[in-house]
Amino acid sequence: MTTNPMPPTADAADLLARTTPDDDVLARLHRRLEDAAQDQGLVEVAYTEVDTPVGRLLLAATEVGLVRVAYEREGFEEVLTKLATGIGPRVLRAPARLEPAARQIEEYFAGHRTSFDVALDRRLSHGFRGLVQRHLPDISYGHTQSYREVAIHVGNPGAVRAVGSACATNPLPVVVPCHRVLRADGSLGGYVGGPDAKATLLELERAA
Amino acid sequence: MTMKQPFEQAVARHGATVLRVCRAVLGPGPDADDAWSETFLAALREWPGLPEDTNVQAWLVRVAHRKAIDVTRSRARLAIPTEAVPDRASTIGVPGGTDPDIWSAVAALPERQRLAVAYHYLGGLAHTQTAELIGGTPAAVRRAAADGLRSLRRNPHLIGLAEEGHHR
Repeated sequence: MTTNPMPPTADAADLLARTTPDDDVLARLHRRLEDAAQDQGLVEVAYTEVDTPVGRLLLAATEVGLVRVAYEREGFEEVLTKLATGIGPRVLRAPARLEPAARQIEEYFAGHRTSFDVALDRRLSHGFRGLVQRHLPDISYGHTQSYREVAIHVGNPGAVRAVGSACATNPLPVVVPCHRVLRADGSLGGYVGGPDAKATLLELERAA
Repeated sequence: MTMKQPFEQAVARHGATVLRVCRAVLGPGPDADDAWSETFLAALREWPGLPEDTNVQAWLVRVAHRKAIDVTRSRARLAIPTEAVPDRASTIGVPGGTDPDIWSAVAALPERQRLAVAYHYLGGLAHTQTAELIGGTPAAVRRAAADGLRSLRRNPHLIGLAEEGHHR
């Protein structure tokens, strides 16, 4: 399909400029769409972005619960495209569904919250990685475990490297605390949000 | 292959275009807002089944055309019946509009010129696609769109369209 067969004239470009709606009007219409789409059960994945001391985070939830937390370095657009492919393309910026998670994350970074109490949708956690990721919330706030200790906990002492990749692919970082898993010598190890973010989270939990 | 892109992309990229079209067809007021909302709700419903190579903007503008007709019909049902149906389609000068002058000028165009301007210049449809929506031949639609744009340029409220550029 084609659009304009001819290049737009100066008049047409000016007409477009003069008829551009105000951002606040579009924002109001967007909120109305969010509400109606939510009421009609049309939002497969709702998402929002929040600012935190470790940078901007993307939060995404299905009807079941929080399904994805992403760091900006993962590329929000790429993450959303993967959610559209893996869960469903009815992906809408709709902060209302994320309000409890966003509030708890804010409380966590303020040092007022030591565990998260939001429904999680674990559908992105599979197999052994899923087993590890489900164990992570057992490591309590302010504590850490080594990759080897986690491997022992999930009943597979030899799977140290697999524990590492399970942490690296945690779809719910911060909320599911993969940052509390360190190397046996106490050094940080990798982190989906980068080493600085991991250090910030551990420091926050130590100080609180 | 069906659509795999997040629907939000369609809203972010084409929300303004759809609102321009709705406002040109219905006037910049609550009716245009309703048509915009109905357009994106219907689009969201149909999104997963949409072929991946769809021209999303053109598709949305067609949906907006249908929804604008629905809004017009429901408004006609709600209205007090009169002997003659007044031949106007717009409320104009609504507070909060982007540029009341441009919208009153668009509203003052003869209907076919207004629709041709709406779907071609504002909605980005080709003349053939516009003709499918509003009837007539592509050549006639092309003339109507060009005449409409010319009248807008000559409108005394719109001195500055093209001649002086974006002077507001």
